[in-house]
Amino acid sequence: MEILKYEFMRHALAAGLLTSIICGIMGTLVVVNRIVFLSGGIAHAAYGGIGMAFYFNWPVIPSTMGFSLGASLVMAAVTLNNRQRADTVIGVIWAVGMAFGIILVDLTPGYNVDLMSYLFGSILSVPGSDLMIMGLIGALILFLVVFFYKELMAISYDEEFAGLRGLPVRGIYFSLIAMLGLTVVMVIQVVGLIMVIALLTIPPFMMEKYARSLGTMMAGSSLLGVCFTMAGLYLSYRFDLTSGAAIIMVAGTVFLVTLGCEKIWDFRPRTKTVHQHAGELND
Amino acid sequence: MDFSYNGEDAVLSDINLTIREYDFMAVIGPNGGGKSTLIRLILGLLKPDKGRIRVLGERPGKLTQALGYVPQNVHTNVDFPITALDVVLMGCLGTGGPFGQSRRTRKECEKDGLATLEHLGMTKHARKKIGELSGGQRQRVFVARSLMTRPRLLLLDEPTAGIDSGGRRDFLNLLQTLNKDVAIVVVTHDLFAVSGYVKSVACVNHRLHYHPQEELEGQTLEAMYNCTVEDVCRVQVLAQGLPGAGLKRSGDADGNP
Repeated sequence: MEILKYEFMRHALAAGLLTSIICGIMGTLVVVNRIVFLSGGIAHAAYGGIGMAFYFNWPVIPSTMGFSLGASLVMAAVTLNNRQRADTVIGVIWAVGMAFGIILVDLTPGYNVDLMSYLFGSILSVPGSDLMIMGLIGALILFLVVFFYKELMAISYDEEFAGLRGLPVRGIYFSLIAMLGLTVVMVIQVVGLIMVIALLTIPPFMMEKYARSLGTMMAGSSLLGVCFTMAGLYLSYRFDLTSGAAIIMVAGTVFLVTLGCEKIWDFRPRTKTVHQHAGELND
Repeated sequence: MDFSYNGEDAVLSDINLTIREYDFMAVIGPNGGGKSTLIRLILGLLKPDKGRIRVLGERPGKLTQALGYVPQNVHTNVDFPITALDVVLMGCLGTGGPFGQSRRTRKECEKDGLATLEHLGMTKHARKKIGELSGGQRQRVFVARSLMTRPRLLLLDEPTAGIDSGGRRDFLNLLQTLNKDVAIVVVTHDLFAVSGYVKSVACVNHRLHYHPQEELEGQTLEAMYNCTVEDVCRVQVLAQGLPGAGLKRSGDADGNP
């Protein structure tokens, strides 16, 4: 494996593995709770944090993390009691966060070359220090999900029942959204904020039909995510493509092909029964 | 007890109801009459504007384990990756611990859950995904979940909606069996279907009229047998207009099972 000779490639692999696993876990919760739009909102609003980092010359990851946490808690508060009408407010925060970031970058003196890397990811240039932070966030999320697995499952499946049994539904919901905010910061490094939703939702959506528990759905999604990321990374290395886009294209292609195969598969038995009935009629 | 959602139009007013031990009560009434609201008040999901609700002498929401609740919307979320047994095991949640951990160990809980499912004739479906079950089977899973805390009162909101008549009969027979150990309140549109099973009827249309067991025996039951919900409730509205008929004392509502 000559690909592993380079340090940046080893870092890229580690970052890819880490994000895929965490995306599999958090993405599962996103898909079953139907908060895909909300996670997209957090991802884009997080750009405000990147703008602040540039303008005030702060370290990027911590300030993005702070901003994304803030945005996610505001969204959690807005969506808590009004799930149906929440999409409008999420859309507003989505756009305003992004606009805020762009204006701050405009106001920052000098030319910022690597701005695009936050929009489309920069997995090939992840420094060791960022890898450390990502590892810590990943460990924290993994710990919380394992420790509060039953509670997360209960509020995801039947919030009302969980509340009746005295579970702190609001607290768990806020923590879930905050964890999502942290995840988004991690994923921005790998595929960029524009494509966060894809990595967060494609693997869990593919797994949902086949999994019998949240745990297997999380494990399966993580595995799928790892495959997509590794394949995408290889393609981007081999053909000199943007890594984030390559990863998403792999995931998207596999997703569409499986979806097509499933449709054909679902169609098969029905045509068979039609033939059987036709045969009976002929007899 | 009075209740309104926005402080203006009363959904329920002058409600006075006592649920007796081992009662099997049907709550009937037109759409928007406040049937589900009444259930949610007893559960403590809503607070009354005026008056008082007591469950075994405590405020609603205090003794969460004494109440079993089977919600109306068991048909939503069918794609969720969860097995029937895992839904049942959710019934063990919140039975102790500050963070809602279950006091019983997972093993004890699982054994209990399997026994409950067996009791409901669902053993062979325990490991199936919830979406693979029929409406009636799913309903049984939710009943099993609500039975996990050994409740004294079981509240079911439209449990037979969307189930065919054979399945409905089986389900009501099952409730009748369960009724030996637990009081049951069932919200329904279909008085005709439940009439052979229930011991009392509460008619809710913003106000409440209660027909206890004694009243239902003999003539009344037969009279109601052929009536639609609206017919019975019209009788109730008339009864309220007459002095001495209908409601007893308004103000308090007791939910003592």
